[in-house]
Amino acid sequence: MARTKESPKATSALGPAEVRKMYRNMLLARTIDERMWTLNRAGKAPFVIPCRGQEAAQVGWAAGLRPTDYFLPYYRDLGVMVTLGYTARQAFLSLLGKAEDVTSGGRQMPGHYGWEERHVITGSSPVTTQVLHAVGIAYASHLRGEDTVAAASLGEGSTSQGDFHEAMNWASIYKLPVLFVVENNGYAISSPQSKEMAVQDAAERALGYGMAGVTVDGTDFFACYEATLQAAERARRGDGPTLLEFKMYRLLPHSSDDDDRTYRSREEVEAWKDRDPILRMKNHVLEAGVMTAEEEGALRSEVQAEVDEAIAYSEAAPYPPVEDMFTHVYAD
Amino acid sequence: MAVRNLIDGIREAMHEEMARDERVVLLGEDVGKRGGVFRASEGLVDDFGEQRVIDAPLGESGIVGVAIGMAMNGLVPIAEIQFADFIHPAFNQIVSEAAKIRYRSNNDFHVPMVIRAPFGGGVHGGLYHSQSVEAFFMHVPGLKVVIPSTPADAKGLLKSAIRDEDPVVFFEHKRSYRLVRGEIPEGDVTVPIGKARLVREGKDLSIFAYGLMAFYAEQAADALAKEGISAEVIDLRTLLPLDREAILQSVARTHRALIVHEANHTMGAGAEVAATIAEGALYELDAPIRRLTGPDIPAMPFNTPQEEHFMPNPEKIAQAARELLAL
Repeated sequence: MARTKESPKATSALGPAEVRKMYRNMLLARTIDERMWTLNRAGKAPFVIPCRGQEAAQVGWAAGLRPTDYFLPYYRDLGVMVTLGYTARQAFLSLLGKAEDVTSGGRQMPGHYGWEERHVITGSSPVTTQVLHAVGIAYASHLRGEDTVAAASLGEGSTSQGDFHEAMNWASIYKLPVLFVVENNGYAISSPQSKEMAVQDAAERALGYGMAGVTVDGTDFFACYEATLQAAERARRGDGPTLLEFKMYRLLPHSSDDDDRTYRSREEVEAWKDRDPILRMKNHVLEAGVMTAEEEGALRSEVQAEVDEAIAYSEAAPYPPVEDMFTHVYAD
Repeated sequence: MAVRNLIDGIREAMHEEMARDERVVLLGEDVGKRGGVFRASEGLVDDFGEQRVIDAPLGESGIVGVAIGMAMNGLVPIAEIQFADFIHPAFNQIVSEAAKIRYRSNNDFHVPMVIRAPFGGGVHGGLYHSQSVEAFFMHVPGLKVVIPSTPADAKGLLKSAIRDEDPVVFFEHKRSYRLVRGEIPEGDVTVPIGKARLVREGKDLSIFAYGLMAFYAEQAADALAKEGISAEVIDLRTLLPLDREAILQSVARTHRALIVHEANHTMGAGAEVAATIAEGALYELDAPIRRLTGPDIPAMPFNTPQEEHFMPNPEKIAQAARELLAL
């Protein structure tokens, strides 16, 4: 199968209004992320798992699929969720474990997504379990002759798990419409990629399964979007799964409980901030004339206001009643 | 009705459910052309095709993980683990995923699936083809754990498990597959999950067992009857949820409790049965609770004398009953 490394060329498939929307999704994810971190540092949110630096890839791959497809995001995929319609309110209700939380009714830690209405399949904390679920979901759709794709994302650290191998093997044997989306941010908590794999690109692993593998610049929204469109088209044609690798950098520590100063230099982090995907997309929308500087500023204010409102709403929202913890163990 | 093997009940349940409901699929190692290494799925691929009777690549986590995905997207998978001893690579998928998906999604998603696995020893299976692993799964709310001991229950309970809306771990004692024979009701007869079976009534003691041990307990009760000892036998059938009411009612009738399982002693299913009696019927007891179990060694040895020493059997059960009555 094809093994490509160059970023696909940005196309004009997206009109200005759609590009603006994508930029808004990225900005909303970033703004929610920043404010979650602030709430954590203020002692108001027990745990945050940041997405900063990964928004272009997340918004890109989610936008490259259809609402009828199945999404199995991992814990860092706030950008995916926002693209699927997840609001700032929903994000903060989940952050604070409130009853109205759409992902789990306040049962799960933040970042453990699930949203039945939007085909987001519930996730857990042990990493990489979801890629096997994507294979089973795709098998079921395929058996019924449906035209849907199942996309599971994971960090590059998760490619070390046995479930990753088993899922790739299953999907390629049965040529199932599955996208394995590796968001390669360079680190598995503190372990750099060099201690996670002996290859340069995680997508090289696709060769061993006879499936397509593509490495893409994960800070380039358009490249991520295009690569996903192409992989999804292959899957729908019956040409089987694709291993998509989006390369980028985790700009923050692993979580609010981590301290990345213990394992990487400030110089390294600062250097990557020059390649911040939000900055890149902002430059694009301004240079391409999608928005004026004034409009861009207004958009930022609009997003900030939405987040302010969401925080106020979520802080005032009720927790689930204690007795509800005994429900939904079984059907009866 | 003709007398048939326990494994026929398993096969018939799968066949009937696959014919009744096109959402039901079977996946596992060698379940297709070979019909399973024990032949539990013999003929199914001919009737339902390779898309619904799926020869899975060799990997237990994959089999269960893929089945969970299928179950969340409209199918009703039966995932076969070739031997219960090999279920451990799938433990994470069963415990972290299948058991918790309904709960963690606040009822948005659920996993209607069955995980079938042959368990138990007495077949010269050695350390890794003889284990009884049911206790690991009894400790996991969100799962159901079912073990049939008769051909009729094998069929009726498996049909109920397939129709259940939640994940059911279904253990089949491999020694009982062709040893335990009996009539199997024809057609759509189900046996409810969560209900113990009163195998025979008695006055002097209650014997609680499941799987092959329930079969042996009945034989022991026959032998005891000839000595004038009236033993009640309760086949637990479902370990999770445990039929605590049936256990307490039986002890209230007989005032003595003997619990039998092949799994090793410490923290086995018998510990929960004993605790249930201690909490709910202590003052009914005329003697301490007795457990007859496999020994606390890592697994069952291959050689004949040590394997025989590991396994409880009708003679050992009868002897334990006599000792309990002498107290």
